[in-house]
Amino acid sequence: MVVLNPSGDIAAQQRDLVLLATGLMLLIIVPVILLTLFFAWKYRASNPASEASYAPDWHHSTRLEMLVWGAPLAIILVLGAVTWVTSHTLDPYRPLARLAPNRPVPANTRPLEVDVVALDWKWLFIYPEQGIATVNELAAPVDRPIAFKITASSVMNSFYTPALAGQIYAMPGMQTQLHAVINKPGVYDGFSANYSGAGFSGMRFKFKGLSQADFDSWVAQAKAAPPALTRADYLTLARPSADEPVRRYSSIDPTLFLAIVNRCPAAGQICKDQMKSPIPSSPMAVAMANRAHCEPGRPVPARPAS
Amino acid sequence: MNNATPHHVDLTQLIFGRLTWDALPLHEPILLATFAMVALGGITVFGLITYFKLWGYLWSEWFTSVDHKKIGIMYIILAIVMLLRGFADALMMRGQQAMSFGANHGYLPPHHYDQVFTAHGVIMIFFVAMPLVTGLMNFVVPMQIGARDVAFPFLNNFSFSMTVSGAVTVMASLFVGEFARTGWLAYPPLSNLAYSPDVGVDYYIWSLQIAGVGTLLSGVNLIATIVKMRAPGMSLMKMPVFTWTALCTNVLIVATFPVLTAVLALLSLDRYAGTQFFTNDLGGDPMLYVNLIWIWGHPEVYILILPAFGVFSEIVSTFSGKRLFGYTSMVYATVAITVLSYLVWLHHFFTMGSGGDVNAFFGITTMIISIPTGAKIFNWLFTMYRGRVRFELPMLWTIGFMVTFVIGGMTGVLLAVPPADFVLHNSLFLIAHFHNVIIGGVVFGMFAGIAFWFPKAFGFKLDPFWGKMSFWFWLVGFYVAFMPLYVLGLMGVTRRVSHFDDQSLRIWFVIAALGAVLILFGIVSFIIQIVVSVINREALRDLTGDPWDARTLEWSTSSPPPEYNFAFTPVIHDQDAWWDMKSRGYVRPLAGFKSIHMPRNTGAGIILAGISTAVGLALVWHIWWLAILGGVSIIAVAIGHSFNENRDYHIPADAVVRTEAARTELLRKVA
Repeated sequence: MVVLNPSGDIAAQQRDLVLLATGLMLLIIVPVILLTLFFAWKYRASNPASEASYAPDWHHSTRLEMLVWGAPLAIILVLGAVTWVTSHTLDPYRPLARLAPNRPVPANTRPLEVDVVALDWKWLFIYPEQGIATVNELAAPVDRPIAFKITASSVMNSFYTPALAGQIYAMPGMQTQLHAVINKPGVYDGFSANYSGAGFSGMRFKFKGLSQADFDSWVAQAKAAPPALTRADYLTLARPSADEPVRRYSSIDPTLFLAIVNRCPAAGQICKDQMKSPIPSSPMAVAMANRAHCEPGRPVPARPAS
Repeated sequence: MNNATPHHVDLTQLIFGRLTWDALPLHEPILLATFAMVALGGITVFGLITYFKLWGYLWSEWFTSVDHKKIGIMYIILAIVMLLRGFADALMMRGQQAMSFGANHGYLPPHHYDQVFTAHGVIMIFFVAMPLVTGLMNFVVPMQIGARDVAFPFLNNFSFSMTVSGAVTVMASLFVGEFARTGWLAYPPLSNLAYSPDVGVDYYIWSLQIAGVGTLLSGVNLIATIVKMRAPGMSLMKMPVFTWTALCTNVLIVATFPVLTAVLALLSLDRYAGTQFFTNDLGGDPMLYVNLIWIWGHPEVYILILPAFGVFSEIVSTFSGKRLFGYTSMVYATVAITVLSYLVWLHHFFTMGSGGDVNAFFGITTMIISIPTGAKIFNWLFTMYRGRVRFELPMLWTIGFMVTFVIGGMTGVLLAVPPADFVLHNSLFLIAHFHNVIIGGVVFGMFAGIAFWFPKAFGFKLDPFWGKMSFWFWLVGFYVAFMPLYVLGLMGVTRRVSHFDDQSLRIWFVIAALGAVLILFGIVSFIIQIVVSVINREALRDLTGDPWDARTLEWSTSSPPPEYNFAFTPVIHDQDAWWDMKSRGYVRPLAGFKSIHMPRNTGAGIILAGISTAVGLALVWHIWWLAILGGVSIIAVAIGHSFNENRDYHIPADAVVRTEAARTELLRKVA
């Protein structure tokens, strides 16, 4: 059960949270189930003892009412506090503070940047630092923080590698983020966790956790063999197709990802960030849009000058 | 229109829109066989009704009836028929997922499988759970508050007819064209014209819009009924708990269904008029749709569960022979859930990157709902305490519910913790969770309610043996079908997948399919139970009108109740009014009957709904002349009906005397 036995620190913290929350709730669920069965059995009409204890008009007890409301309240107070803290510490937009328990991220560590595009129906991964791109294959060095920026070309998908970290949606015209780290070398399953149409079932990829040396040679291999990923190649790739094999691209167009986010990868398209709204948006709408489209507090990513 | 010859009008297209022979599933053997079976069944039923000359009876006594009891029963029959369709979809999915591994791609290609899971969700929520809930409220609430009918009897008939019309539209998509391949909430951009150009999403939109009219008006009707038509003395805090939950549910319906109507209207504008509310471009925002649909969608689950809570409250106190423990806290818990249900919708998309503050807020509000819910569970528990519990069928469902529902509640609170949701969102764990609360809560509640109130509706109890068979098959079947889904969710398996490569998952899907077969036995047992009970009705007959020694007003009248429910409007002094009357030595009045003012049946509702079906299909297929003609006809019929002054009558006093004398005779026989 990969969710309960993951290989990345973020997923491990999420697993711990699942177990903690379940444990807290079992404190109240187990007694309720047992009491239900016990009361039903003990006070069964066929039990002569139930006649003696029968109290048809007994319907109120302040002390029991305190228990009835207080017990769930107590559990939720604890769980609510845990929720408040972990919603922030495990916010997928938050850069990592540690690689594993008691192993803070060393100073001056630059996370590995990966730009993720959900296409119909395959995954495109762009590595701006390495200048390569892959389809349906993702790799990262063990114990190096990864910073994903995620978008989609057409419909909503969800980017999920259970062994690595929880999921986040990939949505057209918007950019979401995920920070994670893989702690053990291995090959893990990744997929779309939001139904996106006919080819959805085959929208899977392998995520490789590699040693630094293996990662470097994986990058070198990709760099060595053409083709390059041009805008034209991207537009071909973006056409709907299912069960795609792994592909690698030796070089990339560095402006491509932001162009996809801004819905203008093809020549002649007007980019979202270049559009002027004829009606001034309300401050509320702007705030909501910013919240949804990019990391908290930052403006919508601007298109680099070309 | 043909682009090459712009002045030439294509007559076929003008008449039939985009409906062509290709819309018929002549090339799909599964659908063809289904169609043959449905057609055969339909012809048989049609033939039998004609042979026994029942059309006139059905028209005058049922289809045009404004009697809340008959409308309630018809809602429940509709729900059971649609349950068979929705469950057939479930069996197809379980079959596909159990076999589609590796080289074997199962028997349903994605094009078909994706329609099946969409239809399953839509049908089970809108055309099974909703009619069950509305039907039960319709049947029970007026009698529980000592009223003779609902506030707007014609509106009630119209609401039901529109619900049927929506169901007919969904069913039509099975044989003419196809249904949406989007999931039951039809998120854009996938449901936009760009990615779903065919008629599937249009069927989705119009079936929900038509049925939605019925649901909304029925909500208005029941609120007015509960607020204005309670018997004298029944203050709000003396209302039966089921009526309280019905009130809260209908408030939720009236407050949220317009949001659904609006969001679907915007989606249809995108699809029909070229607007860009939810598209990717020109400022369209798909997340706006996701927010709006869940602002309806989350309260919707409380719309379904609150009446089930009400049913359990009535049953647990009746079969424990005890007053409900903590009535006041039960009422406040219900109201608290009603209010809180509006503050949680974002928990359906924690994974869209809202940030820590927003996610934490909605996570915590969600958890807070578990406090009043937990209080309710404890109150049922303490109602059994020092009672004398009779294990009749409704009570078995209730105990099955209490044990099962708390598990679903626990997994629900777990999903409300945002970082936990990140690993479980959209997984089969989520599927297991909501089936855990909807089957363990709503379905068990409705079966409990049917078993409880059936003798009131028909004058005889349901057969206990087949009822218990149904209960145990459902209970065991539920656990066998859905516990493997919890496991699969923890194995990282997501929903709506039609093919797998990892063979190690297979055993769990096979077990789940087995569980679905057990549930099938549960459904079959339920139908056998009805048939056996009808055959043995004389042995199961109840002449008292109060077979369970129950507590609320509906049990004070005969079974089945006379069309006027109560010859005299009762006066209420306490909660559990009928129990109070019984314990104070109430004597049934035998004289002094007066004529009773009643609403008259009308065919306007079914005619309006019939035209609405035609308009819906016309809009789906772009048959514009029919849509316009139908729209005009709807307005004309509605105006015409408003001039119909012949809408009420008086039951003469001597007819009331005869009816009541017959009951007196029956009661004397029992004594």
